[in-house]
Amino acid sequence: MAELRVNPTRMEMKRIQTRYQTARKGHKLLKDKRDELMKQFLDVVREDKQLRERVEKALAEVYGGFTVASAVSSPKMLEEALICPKKECELKVDYKNVMSVTVPVFQLRVLSEGGSDSYNYGMAFTSGELDSSLRALSGITEDLLRMAELEKTAQLLAEEIERTRRRVNALEYILMPQYLATIKSIKMKLDENERGNTTRLMKVKDMMLQAQMTQKHDDEEEE
Amino acid sequence: MYKIAIIGERDSVLGFMALGFSVHEAPDAESAAKTLHTLVKSGEYAVIFLTENYAMQLEEELSRYKDLPLPAVVSIPGQGGSTGYGMNNIRSAVERAVGADILFKE
Repeated sequence: MAELRVNPTRMEMKRIQTRYQTARKGHKLLKDKRDELMKQFLDVVREDKQLRERVEKALAEVYGGFTVASAVSSPKMLEEALICPKKECELKVDYKNVMSVTVPVFQLRVLSEGGSDSYNYGMAFTSGELDSSLRALSGITEDLLRMAELEKTAQLLAEEIERTRRRVNALEYILMPQYLATIKSIKMKLDENERGNTTRLMKVKDMMLQAQMTQKHDDEEEE
Repeated sequence: MYKIAIIGERDSVLGFMALGFSVHEAPDAESAAKTLHTLVKSGEYAVIFLTENYAMQLEEELSRYKDLPLPAVVSIPGQGGSTGYGMNNIRSAVERAVGADILFKE
C-alpha cells in the first residue's frame, strides 16, 4: 500500500495516529449505518415486490374490462363518460427520515361530489364492464400510491446504501491501510535514526579512547 | 397539496380520468418525454405514473429523477399487459444496493 509522503518526524506520526483512530471510528459507524440501511431497504423492497405483483394483476383485469367496454360502446361515448370526473385526487406529501435519508410519504385525499362510489356518467349509454373496471381501478388507487411511495423509497435508499458502501470500502481498504503503512514507515525511520545515533556515539567514544591511548603512549615514550 | 398525473397511450390512461388523476395522453415516447418534463418542472405533481412501454424508452430521462425525493415517477403496465419492466426496476435497485440480486434469484 502506498504510504503518504510526510516528514518522518514524531509529530507527524502522532498526527497520523490520531487520524487513523478517527478513521477507524468512522468506519465502524458507517458500517453500522450500512447494515441498518440494508435492513430497512430489504423490508421496503419485499413489500414493494408483493404490492407490484398485486397491482399488475389487478391492472390487467381493469384493462380487460375496458377493452370490453370500448368494444361494446363507441370510443366517443366512452370518452364522454369519463371526461369530466366527479372525483378529484389530492396528495398530501409528508417526509420521513429513514437513517438520514428523506423519503416521501403520500396521503391520498379524494374529493368527490356525492358518495365516494359515484360514477360520473349516466347508466343508460355505458356498459356494465365499464362500471366494474372503474370500481376495480378505484379499489387499487391506494395500492398504486403506496407502491409509488415504496418504489421511491427503495430508489433513494439504494442510492444511500451505495454511497455508504463506497465510503466504508474506501476507509477500510484505502485510507486505513495507508495510515498504517505511513505510521510503520515513520517508526522504522525513527528507529533507524536512533540506531544510527547509537553507533555514531559508540564510534566517537571509541575514537576518543583511541586518542587518549595514543596520547598516553606518547607521553610514556617521552619520559 | 400535490396532484397525481398519468402519462401513457390513450387506451391505457383513459380509465384513470374517472379517478381524478390528471391524465396526459401521449401518442409516442417523444411526446411522453416532453409531457414528463413539463409536469416535473411545474412542481405540482408528487407522483407521475408512466406506462411501461414509454418508461422503457425513456430510461435515461427517468434516471434523472431517480435520486430526487419528488416526484416519484413510477412505471405501471399499460394496455398491452405487464412486460416485467417494473419488476426489473426493483431488481436493479436491489442490485445497486446489495451488489447482487438476492430477491429474484430462482
